[in-house]
Amino acid sequence: MAHAKNHDYHILPPSYWPFAGAVAAFVMLFGAVLWMSPNSPLPQPWVFAIGFAAVLFVMYGWWADVIVESKVGDHTPVVQIGLRYGVILFITSEVMFFFAWFWSFFKHALYPSSVDTVGGVWPPVGVETFDAFHLPLINTLILLLSGSAATWAHHAIVHDNDRKTMAKALLIAVLLGAVFTVFQAYEYSHAAFGFSDSIYGANFFMATGFHGVHVLIGTIFLLVCLVRARAGDFTSERHIGFEAAAWYWHFVDVVWLFLFAAVYIWGG
Amino acid sequence: MADASTHAAGEHDERGFFTRWFMSTNHKDIGILYLLTAGLLGLISVAFTVYMRMELMQPGVQFMCDPLVEGARFFSGMGAEDCSSPNGHLWNVMITGHGILMMFFVVIPALFGGFGNYFMPLMIGAPDMAFPRLNNLSYWMFVIGGALALASVVSPGGNGQNGSGIGWVLYAPLSTSEGGYSTDLAIFAVHVSGASSILGAINIITTFLNMRAPGMTLFKVPLFAWSILITGVLILLALPVLAGAITMLLTDRNFGTAFFQAEYGGDPILYQHLLWFFGHPEVYIVIVPAFGIISHVVATFSKKPIFGYLPMVWAMIAIGALGFVVWAHHMYTVGMSTSQQAYFMMATMVIAVPTGVKIFSWIATMWGGSVEFRTPMLWAFGFIFLFTAGGVTGVVLSQAAVDRAYHDTYYVVAHFHYVMSLGAVFGIFAGIYYWFTKMSGREYSERWANVHFWMMFVGANITFFPQHFLGRQGMPRRYIDYPEQFALWNFVSSMGAFISFASFLLFLGVMAHALMYGRRVTEPKYWGEGTDPTLEWTLSNPPPEHTFEILPTRDQWDESLMEGRGHH
Repeated sequence: MAHAKNHDYHILPPSYWPFAGAVAAFVMLFGAVLWMSPNSPLPQPWVFAIGFAAVLFVMYGWWADVIVESKVGDHTPVVQIGLRYGVILFITSEVMFFFAWFWSFFKHALYPSSVDTVGGVWPPVGVETFDAFHLPLINTLILLLSGSAATWAHHAIVHDNDRKTMAKALLIAVLLGAVFTVFQAYEYSHAAFGFSDSIYGANFFMATGFHGVHVLIGTIFLLVCLVRARAGDFTSERHIGFEAAAWYWHFVDVVWLFLFAAVYIWGG
Repeated sequence: MADASTHAAGEHDERGFFTRWFMSTNHKDIGILYLLTAGLLGLISVAFTVYMRMELMQPGVQFMCDPLVEGARFFSGMGAEDCSSPNGHLWNVMITGHGILMMFFVVIPALFGGFGNYFMPLMIGAPDMAFPRLNNLSYWMFVIGGALALASVVSPGGNGQNGSGIGWVLYAPLSTSEGGYSTDLAIFAVHVSGASSILGAINIITTFLNMRAPGMTLFKVPLFAWSILITGVLILLALPVLAGAITMLLTDRNFGTAFFQAEYGGDPILYQHLLWFFGHPEVYIVIVPAFGIISHVVATFSKKPIFGYLPMVWAMIAIGALGFVVWAHHMYTVGMSTSQQAYFMMATMVIAVPTGVKIFSWIATMWGGSVEFRTPMLWAFGFIFLFTAGGVTGVVLSQAAVDRAYHDTYYVVAHFHYVMSLGAVFGIFAGIYYWFTKMSGREYSERWANVHFWMMFVGANITFFPQHFLGRQGMPRRYIDYPEQFALWNFVSSMGAFISFASFLLFLGVMAHALMYGRRVTEPKYWGEGTDPTLEWTLSNPPPEHTFEILPTRDQWDESLMEGRGHH
């Protein structure tokens, strides 16, 4: 029986995405264990790959539904406030995730082990680190410039309702984000230390690697916004999806500044 | 009650089974799913403890024998000779499984996922959660996390056997050297359960901040809703740090890193810091929702408004905030400097102050009230009494010097079971009996529910009280066997565990009987006019699929606009 809804909150119809997403995540994680464990009965990536593809599919379908809902007007002002809270809280949890990597880094850097391979100093004896004021500095500038472009896009849509300029600025932000990733990959390939050969490398690659994954996600997020802007989405009043991407991108920026200052300059 | 939200009562539900329970976007249905799943996993986890207490009933090893040498002797071990080859690994798997299940898959899902989902939106007059679809993802992630945890118990692990025997804390280097892939599955189980809780926390916090009924300002929100908000904040800030820590375990195990391996420059103590930075807030994640439930139960059955509402809110906030700065009191014996130990000791003791505010406010609520000992009130009474007992032993253990003697003994086991098994779990039962008629529309047998309470109260105390004595005598925890001098109290403790388990089976019977034969309850306020006037009591039993389609007005929930109940 249909009920009259007398409030502005978003009441959703049943959806198969959450159940499908959880099943996909199970396949992906079980597959990951099979793939990576040295004791696995099936040390191959196939199960993981199937699960991962299913997870991506669910993400695509779910968020496509969200976009449709926003277009039919389900995202009333109060729902938009809720979505903003949600994004801020998600980013807060991400900050606490990086907290763990920084904790590990500072522990090992401030109190270096006295075993022979570390020698009581940081960086550990024999570890040749990157020059912070070489490629890392350029990458810092690239990422900050990309963040500025995202802010440009933000202003274009908020103040001028100008989707064309927004798309142009977003294209620049996405390209700079991609350049950052390429440079980071180049840097990784020229590292004089590995993930598993020293405590320095473990901390370095874990912290910058997880940041790199976030850059990749943020770039895709901005790219989706670019495609949507070109397709005519977003107005000065309604652009939650883009705002989430921009906030996320600034969060990725700030994490990088801490990584650059702590891991590259101070700890290198 | 003639408001629109109750019109749908008794209306035929048109949703199919799969649509309703697998594709749900309904906070009440998802709450029910959480409670049922947590109950099922709880039964498994409790069964593990029965097996452990059977083994500890007498000195020597009678039940957990090496299957390769002697074959399985689960039941045939009754009264049998000692094993020629005790299976310590099996014992370790049992403690690990019990801990992981209880911590991540029973207590949080029941309190935060179950009651939080069902009653927090109702209490604040919200039509549903802020993100109803995400809510269902939280639930199903919890289910697959539970599946990974159970898979971990039965897949190849250390010592050439199945399962991981590393303890729920997953301490390195034990967890980084355990063979097989059982530990990897356990790590992912914790990851997924954490992700589920974080998504739930985002949902809960947004709902609380954005969807309160018109006029319900922050300090007019019922205490249970406050408790769920604070739990959400703790989850949001603590769980990601654990996710980072166990990710490092994963790379140490599978990708050759050495974050926690001292011989390569890593540090196993770092793991303990990261784990307990999560783990201590976790203690409050588990207990704070129970605080919320107890407040409403005590107010209802004292027929008075809760004493000191504002201090009660601030006490929970203070407990949550302090919970983040005391973690290393779990690690006094790792070789910290004296000044660090002094800091953690003092900070820990400070928590006794806001906790005392809560205990005394509950007592003051009862003071001068006409206290009625219905089943939920029995559980609340049990909670207050036993949680205080566990809290007091907590203050004892907070002293670094005293902890030298008690660390890793049964005194610690007794302490944390008093706050959890007799605290949080009593809170869960108080909630179930308080809200059962609301959720099911059926009445349970008060008599048998009373029997359940007294069996559990007696059983749990017989189980855990003697463990204080064992700890003081120096019996270490996490061993399959013990010398002859600990035999008496271990036997008593085992008897208590069997009584508790029997009470759990009785509970299932009480529930099944009520659901099948219980009288249908139609009056919205099952507990009568003295009921703490939160909004769920304005709804039918069970509430209709969609509640508060017309948002509640202030006279429906604001006690200061109501007659009676000895207003303050």
